[in-house]
Amino acid sequence: MSADPWLVLLIGGLYSCAFYMMLRRSLTKTLFGLVLLSNAANLLIFVAAGVTIGRPALVPDGLQAPEGLVADPLAQAFILTAIVIGFGVLAFAVVLIRRAHEVLDVDDFDELKDAEQ
Amino acid sequence: MSLLVALPFLIPMVAGSVSLLAWPSRRAQRAIAVVGTAGQLIAAVVLLVVVWNDGIQVLAAGAWPAPYGITLATDLLSALMVLMTGITGFAAALYSLPTISSRMERNGYYPLMHMLLAGVAGVFLTTDLFNLYVWFEILLLASFALLAMGQERAQMAGALKYVVLNLFSSAMFLSALGLLYGLAGTLNMADLAVKLPALDDGGRVTLVSMLFMLAFSIKAASFPLFFWLPASYHTAPVAVSALFAGLLTKVGVYSLYRTFTLVFTEDVPWTHGWLQVSAGFTMVVGALGALAQTDIRRTFAFLHVSQIGYMLMGLALFTPIALAAGVFYFAHHIIMKSNLFFLSGVIYRLGGSYRRDELGGLWTARPWLSLVFLVPALSLCGIPPLSGFWGKLLIVRAGVDAGSGWLLAAVLVTSVLTLLAVMRIWADVFWKAAPQDRPVRRAPLPVMLWVVTVGLAAGTLWIGFTVEPLWALAERASAQLLDPSAYIEAVLSPELP
Repeated sequence: MSADPWLVLLIGGLYSCAFYMMLRRSLTKTLFGLVLLSNAANLLIFVAAGVTIGRPALVPDGLQAPEGLVADPLAQAFILTAIVIGFGVLAFAVVLIRRAHEVLDVDDFDELKDAEQ
Repeated sequence: MSLLVALPFLIPMVAGSVSLLAWPSRRAQRAIAVVGTAGQLIAAVVLLVVVWNDGIQVLAAGAWPAPYGITLATDLLSALMVLMTGITGFAAALYSLPTISSRMERNGYYPLMHMLLAGVAGVFLTTDLFNLYVWFEILLLASFALLAMGQERAQMAGALKYVVLNLFSSAMFLSALGLLYGLAGTLNMADLAVKLPALDDGGRVTLVSMLFMLAFSIKAASFPLFFWLPASYHTAPVAVSALFAGLLTKVGVYSLYRTFTLVFTEDVPWTHGWLQVSAGFTMVVGALGALAQTDIRRTFAFLHVSQIGYMLMGLALFTPIALAAGVFYFAHHIIMKSNLFFLSGVIYRLGGSYRRDELGGLWTARPWLSLVFLVPALSLCGIPPLSGFWGKLLIVRAGVDAGSGWLLAAVLVTSVLTLLAVMRIWADVFWKAAPQDRPVRRAPLPVMLWVVTVGLAAGTLWIGFTVEPLWALAERASAQLLDPSAYIEAVLSPELP
């Protein structure tokens, strides 16, 4: 049941890259950071809920319940929901940043201050 | 088992969908906006009455019992918050009619408003943490679009900060959900409340709870991650910023109230200690920020942050009277603060500016309006006998009982700073003579603006003069929060049909 250590390292790597990108002043890089962060969170749910390899939660023919230990389908449902929502929200963010770039003509959070007033 | 629990978000969802179908007709959309928000308000009133008389109401969606299905439940706190959603939504819909530009109406303003209201009501009603996440995203997406709709420079800059910080908060929320699910194997809050104390986790749950606190605190705009609020609220159309001011931060504060009374009570001195620190700094820093502003809407946005501190303090002290005071403050604040944003829009209409230094002479030109403004403004400062006075008195009383000296000092300092900030607005906008080049406009105001602002001011006066009904409700809500056994019982073993 224990999670693949490489997967754990991958998640850690994704989180650190995401934070690094989000700390940049550039709007575009911040957006990339958010994309990485959302993927990191999805993978984290996957690993935290326990990875069960090769045992899908399917009920065999003629039985009422799956046999033996199977992968937790609820965690997969969470991830699926989170992927869909994340995709929608990030799509909005991409359009917003594009629009903001057209209107404000900046790619730097520091220069946004003047536009606020 | 009662469908009534779902009505507060089903009605705006249906209204929003019908509104989308009526896309070509602005008149139909406006009519649906009023009818839909009025329907939500009526459902909320009925729900509160039923919860007050018959106790916690539960709806297991699809008759799947908790923790396997999604269960909705209303205790008094939820019902009260849903009622506040109904009031603010209805007021914002009425205010939108004469103020929202036809371009925004054609771009889907009303359907988005309905979706926002559905999301907010959903947050207050769900018992499942993952479901809570979904509702959060629904309301966030609607709020993103409402905020960025005008596409002006300031709106774009404000919306960027708002979107980025809220997406970050959602990602933290999602990470916390994953970790908690890994620890406990469930995300139903009532089920967690039963299972977590039995878990020998060596403090890992407390660690995860801090991640939840971070995520909710960003949404609640508490110190130190509050700066998205003053950057964005004042850029939206007035009806939208009033709606945001009434509801959006409250969903964050509500989530903190719900999770840190029901689920994460394992290590109260640690978790609620941090909440105390956050509450104190939020109050003082918000009020100091307000003093530095000349734009009245930005001033109110900073004062809004400062008030979040009072609500957090109620939760952080974690005593019956403190929680009740927090709940009381919630209700009073939503009515008072959304009214101040509505009124700042009226001031803009008359004076042609949001800046204190460019306004003036409203007292001589519009005495009645000035009186209406005084009600929420003095309530914000906590002048008796208005609602804000009782809210502050109760919070201070809770602080004294808990012996929390430095938080009390923060409350009192903040009160003085708030008074200063509001009186500067009063002196400049109302008492100062109008600038030569900018006389106060004489044109009569649309009736709806009077209806909304006078109605909400009457609400503030009513809370202030008859404290007892709301206080009794807040006390019972606080008792339910501190002894969640009835809530857990109702959620985990609902009567199935």
